[in-house]
Amino acid sequence: MWRDDLRGMFYIALKDLRAYYLKPPNISWGILFPFAFVLAFAIRNPGELRDLVPGLLALTLLFGTSSMEAIVIVFERRTGALERLLLAPLRLSALLAGKLLGGMAFGLTVTAAVLAIALAAFGVGSVNWPLLILALLLSAAAFSALGAFVSVAVREVFEAQTLANFIRFPMMFLGGIFVPLGSMSPALRVVACLLPLTYAVEALRAAMDGRVTSATALDLAVLAAFAVVLFGAAVRTLARHIE
Amino acid sequence: MPDVIQVAQLTKHYPGARGAPPVRAVDGIEFAVRKGEVFGFLGPNGAGKTTTVRMLTGLTRPTAGSARILGFDLATEVTQIKKRIGVVPETSNLYDELSAFDNLVFSMQLYGVPRRERRARAEELLARFRLSEKRDVPFAQLSRGMKRALTVAAALAHRPPLLFLDEPTTGLDVMSARSLRGMIADLRREGVTVFLTTHYLEEAERLCDRIALIVQGRIVALDTVDGLKARLPARPAVEATLADGNGRIAMLRFEGRSVEEATQAALAQAAAEGRQVVALNTPRPTLEDVFVYLTGLSAEVMLAEKGKT
Ligand SMILES: Nc1ncnc2c1ncn2[C@@H]1O[C@H](COP(=O)(O)OP(=O)(O)OP(=O)(O)O)[C@@H](O)[C@H]1O
Ligand SMILES: [Mg+2]
Repeated sequence: MWRDDLRGMFYIALKDLRAYYLKPPNISWGILFPFAFVLAFAIRNPGELRDLVPGLLALTLLFGTSSMEAIVIVFERRTGALERLLLAPLRLSALLAGKLLGGMAFGLTVTAAVLAIALAAFGVGSVNWPLLILALLLSAAAFSALGAFVSVAVREVFEAQTLANFIRFPMMFLGGIFVPLGSMSPALRVVACLLPLTYAVEALRAAMDGRVTSATALDLAVLAAFAVVLFGAAVRTLARHIE
Repeated sequence: MPDVIQVAQLTKHYPGARGAPPVRAVDGIEFAVRKGEVFGFLGPNGAGKTTTVRMLTGLTRPTAGSARILGFDLATEVTQIKKRIGVVPETSNLYDELSAFDNLVFSMQLYGVPRRERRARAEELLARFRLSEKRDVPFAQLSRGMKRALTVAAALAHRPPLLFLDEPTTGLDVMSARSLRGMIADLRREGVTVFLTTHYLEEAERLCDRIALIVQGRIVALDTVDGLKARLPARPAVEATLADGNGRIAMLRFEGRSVEEATQAALAQAAAEGRQVVALNTPRPTLEDVFVYLTGLSAEVMLAEKGKT
């Protein structure tokens, strides 16, 4: 049972990467979009460009993992190909974990490229590597689970894109990338606390600056909780399709 | 030999559209499929064929009833069942983005075919389904018949002892359909048990060891082709082809208590009208006659072209 699940998960992720993620337009959009966004911001607010790096990483990861992830499942449901996976000898949770893994692998690859560029430009400084890797992994899991949930919750591909953007764009502005949490109104700060991106940015900032506090552990825990809850919700929603 | 599929009181109701009563897609069907046979599930559009296949393959949960497949309980051991069955759904559904070869390999990966066997098996299946030339062509660019053949190949990739085929030849041209039927007949020779849904009477008659006739979610008859035909009340008849002095030809049907009596009636009429009997023939009942007799439906409902892939 476990062996079937693990094997299925691995090959589903691999297949998704080959069939969808590693297509040229997807790769360039994954990298270009966050860069363009941050650049636009930096031009209007020249100053410490380096401070924007954690936000840039978090954005790249968010868009890299969730853009394709949010449409793969609904797309395959439309074409009927999802049925092939539902017929295969593996549990629903393993099927979805495979989808999740594909999104994470792609998002992390693109983010690693962006990280390399940022480090080359600004120097390595006092990066806390174990923390950085953990923060990237947990953020990728949370964002990918968000994408998976969006994908099983809708019926049409365009609905998935709309819903994903409806969730992601407010996150970009309230996630502490461009506006620090401290300077938000209390009401907005409450909203910010409900968004996974906020915790990803915080954790990545701590890792990049090498300043680890007890708040960082909380950030990581919250990211893990987001991943688990969203994944569980996605599995339950997919199970309802089989009624 | 235990039956490969045993179904008891299997039922599926779908909630009706707003205000309408629930749809009884499948309504308490019972049957058993024997090891090694081609079992036909024959019925008109909307009879519940696909719904039955979807229940038996774990894609949808029965409202009531139970099934054992290859000795495993559908309700509790569905993963064991999934490992051992191949399924060709109504619509060919491989991955558009992957080549014919990669699609086969991915199927094998999902079912745990060992790495060292995958390539050879994929090449073998491509050759068998005459798709070797299309090895590296994306699924999206294959013709409808090729897509169908590759979908069957993918279902066979892990060598399942039981294969579900949901209308494998619907929408194919005559040649492709014939070639696919030949392949189904080959599978039977290899000992694969086949559960085949179709609405083509002659396909069912040609391929199936036994046939269940399903109409509106219920099985109205289940027997061998000959057994089904034997249910028609014996009405001995002959068809006589008569020619008049001007060479005009007419075919007439004569019935009687025996073939002899019917023949005499034909000869008598020919003599009385000064026509000549040029051919006499005793028609055997077709599955179509049986279908019309048992269901009260016109056979046309079975022939309606659905234009599916
Ligand atoms: N998901 C669904 N929701 C509601 N009703 C459904 C659903 N699937 C099938 N039905 C209904 O169940 C009945 C049986 O459908 P099914 O697809 O099993 O027929 P079929 O014998 O396969 O027909 P066809 O020859 O057209 O493929 C039909 O009345 C159909 O409308
Ligand atoms: Mg059908």
